[in-house]
Amino acid sequence: MQNDEIINKINQLLVDEIEIDAEKINPAADLKKDLEIDSLDFVDLFVIIERNFGVKMKSEEMTDIKSLQNFYDYIIIRVHSI
Amino acid sequence: MTRVVITGMGIYSVIGRNLADVRDSLYQGRSGIIFDQKRKDMGFRSALTGMVERPVLKGALDRRMRVGMPVQAEYAYMATCEALKNSGVEQGFLDKNEVGILYGNDSSAVPVVESVDILRKEKDTMLIGSGYIFQSMNSTVSMNLSVIFRLRGINFTVSGACASGSHAIGIAYLLIKEGLQDMIICGGAQEINPESTASFDALNAFSVRESDPTRASRPFDRDRDGLVPSGGAATVILESYESAKKRGAEILAEVAGYGFSSNGEHISLPNIDGPARAMLMSLKAAGMSSTEIDYINAHATSTPAGDGNEAQAIFQVFGKDMPLVSSTKSMTGHEMWMGGASEVVYSTLMMNNNFIAPNLNFENPDPATSCLKLATVTTPHEINAFLSNSFGFGGTNSSLVIRKPSF
Repeated sequence: MQNDEIINKINQLLVDEIEIDAEKINPAADLKKDLEIDSLDFVDLFVIIERNFGVKMKSEEMTDIKSLQNFYDYIIIRVHSI
Repeated sequence: MTRVVITGMGIYSVIGRNLADVRDSLYQGRSGIIFDQKRKDMGFRSALTGMVERPVLKGALDRRMRVGMPVQAEYAYMATCEALKNSGVEQGFLDKNEVGILYGNDSSAVPVVESVDILRKEKDTMLIGSGYIFQSMNSTVSMNLSVIFRLRGINFTVSGACASGSHAIGIAYLLIKEGLQDMIICGGAQEINPESTASFDALNAFSVRESDPTRASRPFDRDRDGLVPSGGAATVILESYESAKKRGAEILAEVAGYGFSSNGEHISLPNIDGPARAMLMSLKAAGMSSTEIDYINAHATSTPAGDGNEAQAIFQVFGKDMPLVSSTKSMTGHEMWMGGASEVVYSTLMMNNNFIAPNLNFENPDPATSCLKLATVTTPHEINAFLSNSFGFGGTNSSLVIRKPSF
């Protein structure tokens, strides 16, 4: 999967599954403050990412994931290393 | 002591999704019972059930609010929205005042089944997601509604089997009477699905009159052969008279008395003494004599033993001059954890519309039920006060006396 495909898919899942307002999606957005993704939403993201990318996120790796761009980079690296 | 009134009601029932439709169904004697092929395919002895469609809450509530709600919490949300609306209570009032919630519920089967199925398949709890734990708990309804409506008063679920909804109203009545809370959202909710009723079907407790679903639930009738499971949700807003008066709320009824007891005998077979004591206690609490009750909404579920014992208990308390009796379970089926609350809604609708809904399908009495004065057709009748019974597994009994407001 190409990087821009991965990014588009992540965006689509955030809008369709987590029901984030599409207008708020931008790489600089802070996941917690701007997109209002809380700890329970992260639990659901784990499921959504595993089902759609085969990537198992780990909660201990989430501490440095602050922005949407950080999140894209995290998933991209793991998709490519499968 | 504070007097306790009802200032709002809401319903999401197999006989109507709102008060107006339910009132109409009660008056017409319309049944909400169907034959569910899915249950037959799964291996149920009885495929009969009440049925109501799942509400669509996307658009009304955001995802975080919805994800922890099982179906009975969705029903309860609908009923509570209607109740709050017609009590004139808006979110601003809930934000400024401590309003509590005491809701009856005693199961949440589907979320447990689904989450464990995921675990068994995936061997990884990280694939279960965030919603199931909140959906799985008995307190799922009070838990979710207290968050959705931002309630800051008392907050828990009352579990007393088929008396849950009635006990929830009773406990709320005691708290308000004692001056501990001014307003409490009460009710009862019941999931409708095969998963929650399979082990109940295992008791041979359900009617097998599958060829004629709307005639299967026949409380007190000689040929009754078991109950029909059902569900939905009902909400009643209980308030102190002072609080209702202060905000100019319309008072629909007064909760005059709550009586309770336990049978101390069999886990599923009721007796006569326990229900009789609960009824007597509710009359005493209300300061009323049995002759002042104009209608009894019976618990009667269409089981051979249960209906007979309740009839005897009613006769013991009320004697030959008993008021008219009917069981609305003849139309709705047995709404279980919802029943006590929904039957207060049904009976209050009757009281405020001057009719008694029929006990459908009563054709012949048996020796135990022949003592009753049953309303077998829709009966125009002035009701100034009614008594509502709810009895449950484990021998838990609840009786409520509710009367027209007189302030």
